Amino acid sequence: MTASTLIGVPVQRNAEGFFTDPHQWTEAMADEIARENGIDELTDRQWIVIRFMRNAYLENGSAPSIRTLGKVSGVPIKELYQLFPKGPAKLAAKIAGIPKPRGCI
Amino acid sequence: MAGLGGRRPADRATRRPLTGPLPQDEFDRIFSRVPHRTVDVDVVSRAPGRSHEAPGVVWPQRVCGFARMRVRRAPAIIVAMRHRIVILGAGTGGTLTANRLRRVYGDSAEITVIDRDDRHVYQPGLLSVPFGLAEPDEIVRPRHAQLHHGIDFRVAEADRVETATNIVHLADGETIGYDVLIVATGAALLPEETEGLIGPGWDETVFTFYTLEGAVALRDALRTFDRGRLVVNVIDMPIKCPVAPLEFCFLADWYLRERGVRDDVELVYATPLDGAFTTPIAAERLAGLLADKGVIVETEFATGQVDATNGRLISWDEREIPFDLLVTIPLHGGAAFIARSPGLGDELGFVTADTATLQSRAAPNVFAIGDATNVPTSKAGSVTHFEAETLIENIGHFLDGRELTGSFDGHSNCFIETGFHRALLIDFNYDVEPLPGRYPVPHVGPLPLLKESRLNHLAKLAFQSIYWHVLLPGRDLPGISSQLQLAGKETELSAEPGAPR
Repeated sequence: MTASTLIGVPVQRNAEGFFTDPHQWTEAMADEIARENGIDELTDRQWIVIRFMRNAYLENGSAPSIRTLGKVSGVPIKELYQLFPKGPAKLAAKIAGIPKPRGCI
Repeated sequence: MAGLGGRRPADRATRRPLTGPLPQDEFDRIFSRVPHRTVDVDVVSRAPGRSHEAPGVVWPQRVCGFARMRVRRAPAIIVAMRHRIVILGAGTGGTLTANRLRRVYGDSAEITVIDRDDRHVYQPGLLSVPFGLAEPDEIVRPRHAQLHHGIDFRVAEADRVETATNIVHLADGETIGYDVLIVATGAALLPEETEGLIGPGWDETVFTFYTLEGAVALRDALRTFDRGRLVVNVIDMPIKCPVAPLEFCFLADWYLRERGVRDDVELVYATPLDGAFTTPIAAERLAGLLADKGVIVETEFATGQVDATNGRLISWDEREIPFDLLVTIPLHGGAAFIARSPGLGDELGFVTADTATLQSRAAPNVFAIGDATNVPTSKAGSVTHFEAETLIENIGHFLDGRELTGSFDGHSNCFIETGFHRALLIDFNYDVEPLPGRYPVPHVGPLPLLKESRLNHLAKLAFQSIYWHVLLPGRDLPGISSQLQLAGKETELSAEPGAPR
């Protein structure tokens, strides 16, 4: 766990850069996290995914799968990979301030 | 009722109960001749919404028998409410829930269990079949034989549930009403949702061991597989028994070595997650396990298409993994009727349920258990077993009109076969990741957590008998708590205690 600041606010993130407490996250921090991960500016389409993932996590306690994103986020799976290179599940989760998808072990 | 001299305690047709008081001698005469139980009550009950009726009478939905109520005033007959409990699914969750409810309520509940067939598969055994470690008929028993006497079992297909009217519609047009509904229909495999998965290569070069038929077909193929690339691929989460694909890799390594062909086979594990082990402590402790066994791991591989003709998996971001033999774990979803039931399920067909109470978000008298729910823990038999305790408590509270206090913590544990007669054991919940330690007795064990041992393997083998004879009948497993116990675990290792997993 490491302490860092985003938009001047101290936050706790783990070694991989995921928030340890999703409630420390605010939308204003997203652009800075995106820049840390090679995305210069978040587009409206990326924001759809980020907000969808965060809401799904807060409602169900787990990050949605690629399939769920493709079925209900309004963004087709092919486009998800264009919006978030190497996979939306992990990168969008990081930008949305929620834990990455995990298995049980 | 004929022996009661024409005095009927209640009229089924008009649902009118007999009200008291009766003369004491007649009261005793009636009760000596019919099965009944005596209950003590401090407050005379009134049926909900019937407050204008005489006290001392519980208005029934169904008449089932008699209870003798000792009240401060004159004795009165009450006609106990017979709860109509319908359980969809007679797998692990449906069976053990029905048996426990039967034990709690006896004849005061009418329990109906519905499944579309009468074949109960011991699902952990599916992993053994491809390697010849279990015969198919050793892991299948009739569903009805696992249910206690007095439980009504029916073979029928559910078409949909109308939670607004408390009715289950069956595929043949029949309708069944309920006071409480429990959805225990597990998870379904949806290979048709992945492009190319079901096609020319299905059961030829593409297999799944998640069905009995698939496990048998894979067994036959493995017997003659002696060179090439064997790829084990999880298409997407969630899946049943999330460790089973890894176990398949470990056992395949053992099996191919036993056959003397391991050096001619490349064994690949392709996962949509970012590692074979994704929780920090397990990842650290088990890092070398796959490498030691020579298993190649492909991470963050989200399969978009299977090209069986040319033997390749193609991901959504256009990476390719070639295979000669593919062991696929297809997409999972809830039972098909859930999608046809307004408000009952999520986009994948799993019942949206409160993660703590297991009460459906569609209606307060609907509950879900096991793989059928969307609660964020493993889809595994141990979870179902632990959930049952919460479920039984909460159904009781619901029927009594009390607040639900049973709270499931996401507790799960599972053995992980690692081959060569050894296994790991993990124990975790919503908040606590798998940690090293001892189980079930803190510091004593005898089973070590997150560590390979022969004892864990033997315990896994012994579990099959426990499943049929202790777990399904609804008996308690001595020393096994439904809530996760932190005692005996190395909790100081966890970097994020209490953090959501």
